[in-house]
Amino acid sequence: MPEHFVIIGAGQSGAQAVATLRAEGFEGDITLVGDEPYAPYQRPPLSKAYLMGTMERDRLFLKPDAFYKDARCKLILSLAATAIDRGTKRVTLADGQTLAYDKLLLATGSRVRKIRCPGADLPGIHYLRGIADVDALRAVFEQGKKLAIVGGGYIGLEVAAVAAKRGIDVTVFEAMDRLMARAVSVPISDFYEKVHRAAGVKLVLNTGVEAFEGSGRLQAVRAGGKSHPADVALVGIGIVPNVELAKESGLGCDDGIVVNDRSDVTGDPSIFAAGDCTRHIGREGTALRLECVQNAIDQAKHAAVAMLGKPSVYKEVPWFWSDQYDLKLQIAGLARPTDRLVIRGNPEARKFAVFHLREGAIAAVEAINAAPEYLVGRKLIGEGTKIAPERLADVSIPMKTIA
Amino acid sequence: MAKIKYIEHNGKEHEIDVPSGWSVMEGAVKNLVPGIDADCGGACACATCHVFVDEAWLAKLPKKEDMEETMLDFAPDMAANSRLSCQIKVTPELDGLVVRMPKSQH
Repeated sequence: MPEHFVIIGAGQSGAQAVATLRAEGFEGDITLVGDEPYAPYQRPPLSKAYLMGTMERDRLFLKPDAFYKDARCKLILSLAATAIDRGTKRVTLADGQTLAYDKLLLATGSRVRKIRCPGADLPGIHYLRGIADVDALRAVFEQGKKLAIVGGGYIGLEVAAVAAKRGIDVTVFEAMDRLMARAVSVPISDFYEKVHRAAGVKLVLNTGVEAFEGSGRLQAVRAGGKSHPADVALVGIGIVPNVELAKESGLGCDDGIVVNDRSDVTGDPSIFAAGDCTRHIGREGTALRLECVQNAIDQAKHAAVAMLGKPSVYKEVPWFWSDQYDLKLQIAGLARPTDRLVIRGNPEARKFAVFHLREGAIAAVEAINAAPEYLVGRKLIGEGTKIAPERLADVSIPMKTIA
Repeated sequence: MAKIKYIEHNGKEHEIDVPSGWSVMEGAVKNLVPGIDADCGGACACATCHVFVDEAWLAKLPKKEDMEETMLDFAPDMAANSRLSCQIKVTPELDGLVVRMPKSQH
């Protein structure tokens, strides 16, 4: 009997794992199980080009159908996995069928965090995670509508940018005192606040949403003690890792499936995990959960190689990006509040970078329309190179020769 | 639609009909042409879809935007005919385009 590897979760990680397993010479059988009706697709364009309508659905798919055929990967779609029996090494799917596995990869991803407040079930309230979500949102995304966005994070702001371009009346409600507070530093938040306001987006900071109001459908959002009229709401208040399957089978979970730094193993030698669903040991030695394409791809590569008996330490530098208006935000590394900030360039010119220095070396970089700063920064983070703050801030020294 | 010839670093050629509106990167990735990673999916965020454009075609391509120019500057083996394939939009005028892949995207 050939070995059978089962991958739960047909997203960025799942697709990458199939590619890596075959590239590394795995000759056994592969089954990829996903609960959406689609083969693995890219999520980043959903809140950008796909919502805008400049990218068709066909172009979202990560791989052509022929890829799975060539890779002899059986795709099981529209079916969730409901249980893992680690004793008999079988996975049960929602229709009752079971799959025997030799190795199992959990790439279950994450789901949107639902808002809990009165009226949260009213028609007209949307979330954004999958193709179906955006199809539903696009159907009501038209000029003349009043859109309320709950949450000033990446998703909320990318949608706000698209909506503003479409001439939709947009208000963003953010509970914290600045935008993208969880993901970026204060200078970046401040910059985006100005950009969004200049584009006509109304920002209501320090204000959580208390309720959704309306009879039969959404008519207003109640926030800060006031009623704000709204026809459509988009809630983007974060994601929750999909750990239930792992947890119920007795694997360690702590806001993420706990994996070690040796290639994503879970404590069960036959079970591995990768992507949004994991809590892993990062390159700085602390446990963390990442929500990004980079981690989905890189962790899947590491996990796939580990499934083939060749574990290695996972120490990639995380990177992220966000497209809003004509601005490309690129981030590498993980900042801490105690880092020393060095700004290079001029925010007024819409082209600058914020470096985060820790013990003399770059720990993170946030770059806006500034690819050299991002790319060199990312490289220096990986190398741990020490660099003087005055030098970093000096734009007369090109990034290529900065270190 | 345009017929694009992708040449792998080892010399293997792939002739692919790529729909107008797609990027040269998508034409490769969606047809299992190896050698282009495109980790970010075409957002000009990762510089892993680097190609060398056949000299005869260089002038016929849409100009590089700043972002592509600077990202490319840091790609391994960057040359005068380097482009990020996610930033080249396919039009019927590109019928016959020839691109070569670098040894590695990382």
